Amino acid sequence: MTEDTNFHHGDVQGQDPIIRMIDIEKHFGSVIALAGVSFDLKPGECHCLLGDNGAGKSTFIKTMSGVHKPTAGEIIFEDKPMHFEDPRDAIEAGIATVHQHLAMIPLMSVSRNFFMGNEPTRKVAGISFFDKKQADEITMEEMRKMGINLRGPDQAVGTLSGGERQTVAIARAVHFGAKILILDEPTSALGVRQTSNVLATIDKVRSQGVGVVFISHNVRHALAVGDRFTVLNRGKTLGTAKRGEISPEELQDLMAGGQELAQLEGSLGGTV
Amino acid sequence: MAESAQSAVGGDERVKEISPLRQALIRPELGGMVGTVAVFTFFLLFAFDSGMFTSQGVMNWSVVSAQFMIIAVGACLLMIAGEFDLSVGSMIGFAGMMIAIFSVTLSWPVWIAIMVTFVLCVSIGALNGFIVVRTGLPSFIVTLAFLFILRGFTIFLPQTIERKTIIGGIRDVAEGDWLASVFGGKIGQGFFVWLGDNDLIGTFERGTREGQPVVDGIPMLIIWAIVLIIFGHVLLTKTKFGNWIFASGGDAEAARNSGVPVNRVKVLMFMFTAFCATVFATCQVMEFGSAGADRGLLKEFEAIIAVVIGGALLTGGYGSVIGAALGALIFGVVQQGLFFAGVESSLFRVFLGVILLGAVILNTYIRRIITGER
Repeated sequence: MTEDTNFHHGDVQGQDPIIRMIDIEKHFGSVIALAGVSFDLKPGECHCLLGDNGAGKSTFIKTMSGVHKPTAGEIIFEDKPMHFEDPRDAIEAGIATVHQHLAMIPLMSVSRNFFMGNEPTRKVAGISFFDKKQADEITMEEMRKMGINLRGPDQAVGTLSGGERQTVAIARAVHFGAKILILDEPTSALGVRQTSNVLATIDKVRSQGVGVVFISHNVRHALAVGDRFTVLNRGKTLGTAKRGEISPEELQDLMAGGQELAQLEGSLGGTV
Repeated sequence: MAESAQSAVGGDERVKEISPLRQALIRPELGGMVGTVAVFTFFLLFAFDSGMFTSQGVMNWSVVSAQFMIIAVGACLLMIAGEFDLSVGSMIGFAGMMIAIFSVTLSWPVWIAIMVTFVLCVSIGALNGFIVVRTGLPSFIVTLAFLFILRGFTIFLPQTIERKTIIGGIRDVAEGDWLASVFGGKIGQGFFVWLGDNDLIGTFERGTREGQPVVDGIPMLIIWAIVLIIFGHVLLTKTKFGNWIFASGGDAEAARNSGVPVNRVKVLMFMFTAFCATVFATCQVMEFGSAGADRGLLKEFEAIIAVVIGGALLTGGYGSVIGAALGALIFGVVQQGLFFAGVESSLFRVFLGVILLGAVILNTYIRRIITGER
């Protein structure tokens, strides 16, 4: 999975970041969840945020998506300081989050799910109706672009695999104008084949100029698509590396925070 | 639509072709359609000579079915939005009693009495919904409370005011009232006279009304049922709001994440259910000319049964107004058909229980097909 010839990585040189998070701190009472994390994202880039459980990944992306307000630090979005009051502000600005637990309703058709909350309408005799024809056409088109063949737009989301559902959610976010896509562990519950489908989707989205923040604790998945890698540990940035500058082993060690895993990995024969 | 889109995409070797039977199975109306055909076949074979299919007989079971349909439409949309209303029956009794008290006891013009009752009942529906979405309690328990509260008032008010539990005399005060005729009138009288004159339907053979048709028009109750079914069906399947109803019942949290105003949808559906119950009550009061404290007893369950026979899932997010209407039709035809066929009426309850169980099992199986659960 680590061979990267399948994906054309974004050319991220010379572009201004779409978002910059500078020295973000977040305290929950006496607990310091984030102790100065800096991070930036350029359009068309996949920036992986890695870290073990409890490293502060979730807190950090929640700060980016407007769920939490940072205790200290600055968010610069499109060259302007940004203060998100709630997630809606962030969504309107173009920051979409695809959660581990998806905003998909299994009993509803793909097309109804795709347009849920953003239904296209068509006026007939002054009454506005749900434009199902348009919704179906757009859905089929978007799904085809992402490489998912549906039986029809009426197919229920419940019949899709986990990876396909992730893809529908990503396609939806992009269709509705996301500039930054935050993917919270999109591959953690997926099988090998589904994972590669999702990684391929990330690559497609990136090539459309969307910046992707890919949260994972799986180094292999991250290395497969990432352009840059930032490792968090105990609420701090351990550094950002460009693709090609770091080996999987080094990343793994950084995430685990040092020596113990290196030794453990040795005894396990590099299978972790 | 579906076919053209399918061919445009081309085949995918991983997508197994599904048989037309399976495709038909996942339509929520299927159970209702099969049931309707079965029920009519049964009664045509075994009760054709009983008078069930004369003009009078048809009108008899049509009216009963239309009553079920009116409350089933409301219950259906509410169930798809993920909630129940157990106070429908009490609401029917309460609404009827309010109309009687306003128009007879307080001598208000009937149209004002009806309008005030509608506002009052729809507000109570909104209160039901508001409590449910605010507290997050199951609607089952909140509306169970209102089942007792409303029934209590329905008995208490007439007893305190008139010292009886039935208030009559509504027909007299409603005479000539424009709004009362929207609920209690009949339309198409000329057509039925013409049918009678041409011997297409039965006419009275003696007495003061000799030569007039036995059935002299279509009651407004049936018109209301048809209008509500069309409205409910269009709202659910053809509008943006319909998508929100499905989403709210399918997964409220996911719907909220996507920007669907779930609470507003649910409250509005409680209000619509109350509206349907009030339509039922008004038609009934205008037809009987009286309001009784025991009206509408058990109607909430009958509405829910009709909806479930019609293919809706008790857990919400899936169902069809047409299916619910067919469920109500099956309900009405069987109830009256057994009467025409001279079958002991208590057996109707046995039938109801059996068909309910069958429908729920079928629906669960269908849900597994749709969601791919095993």
